[in-house]
Amino acid sequence: MTLTQQILTIAMIVLGTVITRFLPFFLFSPEKPTPEYIQYLGKFLPSAVFGLLIIYCLKNVSLFAGNHGVPEAVSILLVIALHLWKRQMLISIAGGTICYMLLVQLVF
Amino acid sequence: MIKVQSPIRRAFLAAFPHTIPIFAGFWFLGLTYGIYMNASGFSFWYPMLMGLTIFAGSMEFVAVNLLLGAFNPLQALTMTLMINARHLFYGISMLDRYKNTGWKKFYLIFGMCDESFSINYTADIPEDVDRGWFMFFVTFLNHCYWVSGAALGGIFGSLLTLNTNGLDFVMTAMFVVIFLEQWLKEKSHISAYLGLGLSLLCLLAFGADQFIIPSMLSILGTLTLLRNPIEKRGKIL
Repeated sequence: MTLTQQILTIAMIVLGTVITRFLPFFLFSPEKPTPEYIQYLGKFLPSAVFGLLIIYCLKNVSLFAGNHGVPEAVSILLVIALHLWKRQMLISIAGGTICYMLLVQLVF
Repeated sequence: MIKVQSPIRRAFLAAFPHTIPIFAGFWFLGLTYGIYMNASGFSFWYPMLMGLTIFAGSMEFVAVNLLLGAFNPLQALTMTLMINARHLFYGISMLDRYKNTGWKKFYLIFGMCDESFSINYTADIPEDVDRGWFMFFVTFLNHCYWVSGAALGGIFGSLLTLNTNGLDFVMTAMFVVIFLEQWLKEKSHISAYLGLGLSLLCLLAFGADQFIIPSMLSILGTLTLLRNPIEKRGKIL
C-alpha cells in the first residue's frame, strides 16, 4: 500500500468507529423507547461477532499442513483454562500469548 | 478552614481511581500493540496516531492486518462497522447519562471505548462531583493511557532484542477472552454458536480473503430470522 492508501484505510476505520459511536445519539432520544429489534440485536449480536473475530484470527491456520494448528489449539485451551481459573483478562491473554510464542519459536 | 476545590479538580480526583485498572490493561495491550505494529514494519507514528484517532483497541489490532493486505477501503469500513457494532448499544445505554454535558458530550461519545463505557455506565458518581467532568476525565485518562502505551511500544519495539515471532497471537487471545466473558454472562449460547459456525462455514466456502462480509450478512440474517425462538430461549434458560 502507498502512504495515501494507508491514510485512506485508517480514515475508513476512524469513520466506521465514529459512526457506530455517534449514530444512536442521532437516531434515538432518551425520552422514547428504543425499537425492540435494535434491543434484540444489542443483546445477541455481540456473542456472534466475537465468535466471528476468533475465526478471523485463525483464518490462515491450516489443519493439513505446517504444524496443523497445534500451537493455536494448545494456546487457546490455555487461555480458556487460565481465564476460568483466575478470571483476570491480562493473565489469560499474557499466558496464552507467551505459550504460543514459546511453541512456535522453540517447539515447532 | 475548609479548603475549596474547583469542580474540575474534584471531578479529576474522583475519576482517577476508577481508571487505575484500565491503566494497567491499556499499557499492557497498548505496548503489545505498538510492538506488534513495529514488528509488522510500521514506525511508532502509526500506533500512536491510530490510537489517538481510532481509539478502539480490538479494531486497531485488526487494522494491522488490513494495512498489510491489499487496498480495500470498503472492506475496511464494513469490517469496522461490524466489529464496532457493539458501540451502537453502548450509545443507546448512554443516551441518558451523557445528557446535558455540554461541549464535553462530543468527546465523551468519540472516546466511548469498551472500558470508558463500562466505567461511565456503572460508576456511582458522588453527588458533589460534576457528572460531565467526571466522565470526561475517565474518557480522557483512558485515551492518554492507550495512546502513550501504543507510542512507547512502537518506539521501544525496535530496541527489543526479543524474538517477537508469534506475538500476533495476542489478538486471538484477546478475542477468546472477550468471547468467554460473554459466554459466561449469557443464558443461551445460540448466538455464540451461530457466530463461530457460520463464520467457519463461510471461511471454508469463500476462503480466507473473502469470508468476512458473507459471515456478517449470514449472522445478521440468521439472527433476524430466528428472533422469536432465540428471544424465548434467552428468557427461559
